[in-house]
Amino acid sequence: MGYEYDWSVVLEPSLWLDAIYITLVYGLGTTFVGLVLGLVLGLILISSFAPGRWLVQLFIGVFRCTPALIQIVWFYYAFPIVLGVNLPAWLAAGCGLTFYMAAFSAEIFRGGVQSIDARQWSACRSLCMSYWQTMRYVILPQTFRRMTPAIVNQAIIQFKNTSLLSVVAVHDLMYTANTLTAQTYRPLEVLTFAAVIYMLMIWPLASLTNRYERRTNERLL
Amino acid sequence: MSFIEIENLTKDFGEFRALNGVSFQLEEGKTAAIIGSSGCGKSTFLRCLNMLETPTEARLRIGDKEVRFSNGQTLGKEREAFGFRREMAMVFQSFDLFPHMTALQNVALAPNKVRKLPRKQAEQQALQLLDRMGLRAKAGSYPTQLSGGQQQRVAIARALAMEPKVLLFDEATSALDPELVGEVLDVMKVLAQDGRTMIVVTHELHFARDVADVLIYFDKGQIAEIGPPAELLANPKTDRLKSFLTRYNHVLAN
Repeated sequence: MGYEYDWSVVLEPSLWLDAIYITLVYGLGTTFVGLVLGLVLGLILISSFAPGRWLVQLFIGVFRCTPALIQIVWFYYAFPIVLGVNLPAWLAAGCGLTFYMAAFSAEIFRGGVQSIDARQWSACRSLCMSYWQTMRYVILPQTFRRMTPAIVNQAIIQFKNTSLLSVVAVHDLMYTANTLTAQTYRPLEVLTFAAVIYMLMIWPLASLTNRYERRTNERLL
Repeated sequence: MSFIEIENLTKDFGEFRALNGVSFQLEEGKTAAIIGSSGCGKSTFLRCLNMLETPTEARLRIGDKEVRFSNGQTLGKEREAFGFRREMAMVFQSFDLFPHMTALQNVALAPNKVRKLPRKQAEQQALQLLDRMGLRAKAGSYPTQLSGGQQQRVAIARALAMEPKVLLFDEATSALDPELVGEVLDVMKVLAQDGRTMIVVTHELHFARDVADVLIYFDKGQIAEIGPPAELLANPKTDRLKSFLTRYNHVLAN
């Protein structure tokens, strides 16, 4: 049982720093844009505009029920061929993950909005507030608080899914780890190190939002 | 011409006729109390009046604002319906305050957004109303930090903040602990004495007898009896009202 660890192979800060930067940018970027897009889709999903609902349901069906890996590859390689559109590589790589996030968060938004007591709507109607005023000032603020745990969960998954971007040559953490493994034949050290970095990035984000959530809930419960 | 005029208000829920041609008039500054057993249509009546439910058939008028309904559709323009609803405000059984806002924000929201009062002014008005409800000190509290009675008084302030011509109360004290009912009824009594026009669905026969100008007994989606409260309570004409009142004998005796 004499495996000799050699942690020196991972000690190249500049290499990792670039990779961390790329992972953070894609993680935060696709999560944020996906959330905003998800909110819009979620609002269409609960609207009375049937054709809009059907289109969004189709979108959600496609992006929730296919693997993120295939979506990434598809947008990167197939999209330009099928539609004849040449997206910049960095954008094509992010599209799949963004839509993946949007599909899941649209469903979270929909569930959140529909979980708000119908009597809140009556109260607003009685006060002569319009649909959008009710949505903006009464329903959505309550929805956001209620769905924070689900969104944080999804954002964590999203962050880890950025590792899939390595297959389309985005120089993220996973890509860097793979390259380093190929050079050093030390997958154990390299992957363990990469895993620790992922954890150090995601854990604080998650606990920060948990703390925020606890603070607002104290008031509401 | 009466201030409020309701003509042939009918509401169907599928096969079930919840309201069957209700007609009724009320003078300005008067309080009408509506009683009846559950399922008799009294809440539906209020919700139709406030257009939280769309009546199947009706002609409704408050002052110079009128709306008509036919076959479950609102006739006329959206703006007319808005103008009609704008004449009244409702206080609900379950308070239905906005849980993410303070008492002050609850009261100031609609005046700010709907009446377009500047926020500072809306909040100032809200504070005055809360003061009148005896809740100035609670302006910064969230609904969960308030008792049921306090929440309902905030809800009354919220309704008053829209400066409605008519106040609707839908069993405003039914969800309250017995010891908290009084504080809300007291507020309602003062409002009635101030000359507010009010329609009050209630189980509090005491309140109906002492405060209301008109008492209405609803039965099976219709007005079964209507008249001065003292008279109606002392000499009910229909058997249904008689048997309804026997359940409250102990309340009215003292």
